[in-house]
Amino acid sequence: MKAEGKVFRYGDNVDTDVIIPARYLNTSEKDELRKHCMEDIDPDFVKNVQQGDIIVAGKNFGCGSSREHAPIAIKASGVSCVIASTFARIFFRNSINIGLPILECPEAAAEIKAGDELSVDFSTGEIVDKTSGKTYYAEPFPEFMQRLIESGGLIGYIKENY
Amino acid sequence: MPMTMTEKILAHAAGLESVHPGQLIMADLDMVLGNDITSPVAIKEFPSFGKEHVFDKDKIALVPDHFTPNKDIKAAEQCACVRAFAKSENITNYFEAGRVGIEHALLPEKGLVTAGDTVIGADSHTCTYGALGAFSTGVGSTDMSAGMAIGKAWFRVPETILFRLSGKLGKHVSGKDLILTIIGMIGVDGARYQAMEFGGDGYHSLTMDDRFTIANMAIEAGAKNGIFPVDDLTLSYLKEHNAKEPKIFTSDPDADYARVIDIDLCSIVPTVSYPHLPENTHPAKEGKDIKIDQVVIGSCTNGRLSDLEKAAAVLKGHKVADSVRCIVIPATQQIWLDAMHEGLFDIFVEAGCVVSTPTCGPCLGGYMGILSEGEKCVSTTNRNFVGRMGHVKSEVYLASPETAAASAITGHITDPEEIV
Repeated sequence: MKAEGKVFRYGDNVDTDVIIPARYLNTSEKDELRKHCMEDIDPDFVKNVQQGDIIVAGKNFGCGSSREHAPIAIKASGVSCVIASTFARIFFRNSINIGLPILECPEAAAEIKAGDELSVDFSTGEIVDKTSGKTYYAEPFPEFMQRLIESGGLIGYIKENY
Repeated sequence: MPMTMTEKILAHAAGLESVHPGQLIMADLDMVLGNDITSPVAIKEFPSFGKEHVFDKDKIALVPDHFTPNKDIKAAEQCACVRAFAKSENITNYFEAGRVGIEHALLPEKGLVTAGDTVIGADSHTCTYGALGAFSTGVGSTDMSAGMAIGKAWFRVPETILFRLSGKLGKHVSGKDLILTIIGMIGVDGARYQAMEFGGDGYHSLTMDDRFTIANMAIEAGAKNGIFPVDDLTLSYLKEHNAKEPKIFTSDPDADYARVIDIDLCSIVPTVSYPHLPENTHPAKEGKDIKIDQVVIGSCTNGRLSDLEKAAAVLKGHKVADSVRCIVIPATQQIWLDAMHEGLFDIFVEAGCVVSTPTCGPCLGGYMGILSEGEKCVSTTNRNFVGRMGHVKSEVYLASPETAAASAITGHITDPEEIV
């Protein structure tokens, strides 16, 4: 699976309260959540994001609450994948479980700039920054997580195996 | 193979002789928890798993505590969704308004978690039950839904950091000051994906309420779980709350820890985390210049009876500063009753505080104490992220109940030592 898109760039410790503020958690409708994605850190995100675009951030992306509304809002915005130096653990498992592609790659997270055009191959972990001409490789997922991802997330995996 | 107590519990839950850090396992669950924010997503997904009913109606807890009593129409609809599912699946542990309390205070109080259990909750502060010697961790709604369907969850076995405690906390210093100090020391991702085990001779001196507060905020250091070894105090708490028979797991003396950090409890001082990360810690006595507009005393972190008792002891005979709103929120109905019978409400109301029904409300900027632009709040809650309690330009300062109460009196951040 591949994705191509433009980069939205954020720093360290992007928390789930800025990804989707709790004042909007009185609903779980994807389209409602999408309208407020990243609102408290980047009010223009919703206006500017296009199908396939990519979020690149520093360490501990998605820290804070367990709200699955955070990866749901990002996915519903059309974001094709999130690349970060590291992910907070609940955001990490929520993304795998709902089928939002995420890649851990400290070098890419440090060097890629806002607005760069990327091409990402999820099966190999290859990240090509077409703007700078540089190529990076993210850590491949362990086999169990590969199977989860291939099943389309946790629901597909459980249906196939339990 | 020597193992830590977290590894032993996970091995037991996975039906394995032993496990090692990094191993991916499927574990049997003793309890699956959700609230009014996270359960509706899980309930909507439930039919996709193709199971007719939940795996065990006694091992699921549905606790509508975040935006209840219903704060608006949408919140009411989310609660109606949870209520209807609880009824159709005949869920034993569903708690309606009037009986509900903040989930992480309520489950231990009702004896629904015991030592050695493996628990998931669609709420990040589910790590609280590690205070009882359980493996307990926060997950998302899809994990909760899968847990309700098959009674299992996948885990990557975490490495463990041992915090070896010695000595005793001083007067007016609490478990909150200790955990804030630790987060300040290791950072908000200092224990990412790892277990935080609180051992050493010093842990015996920590009250159960302090242990709940400490385990509760393990997530604020990025941890998968916080955990305390079981001692006599744990066992008497479990007995008093009619919990199931405890399963006691103890870390082997030669267990492999990722790190060992020694902490002398005598060295901990009243501590405040400044905006906008819990790791941004400062001694409370250095906060004189920070004028505040609101104080919140409550939440899954610090809404227990001893928290209210300590706040009341500071407030007794004083008035909340004219410029401050002070909101007190007992975490459960039982705590509310006990606080009332002890006369704590007289102290709070005479000092000029609001006393609320149990709710998570202001902690996550839901309702019951939202901040306007530029306002500052000293809060006994657990997060001070941008916009957490309201306006994106408001500020939250995390502190203990005593520091919060002292600050309510003076109108600026205050070390409780200066008041009592």
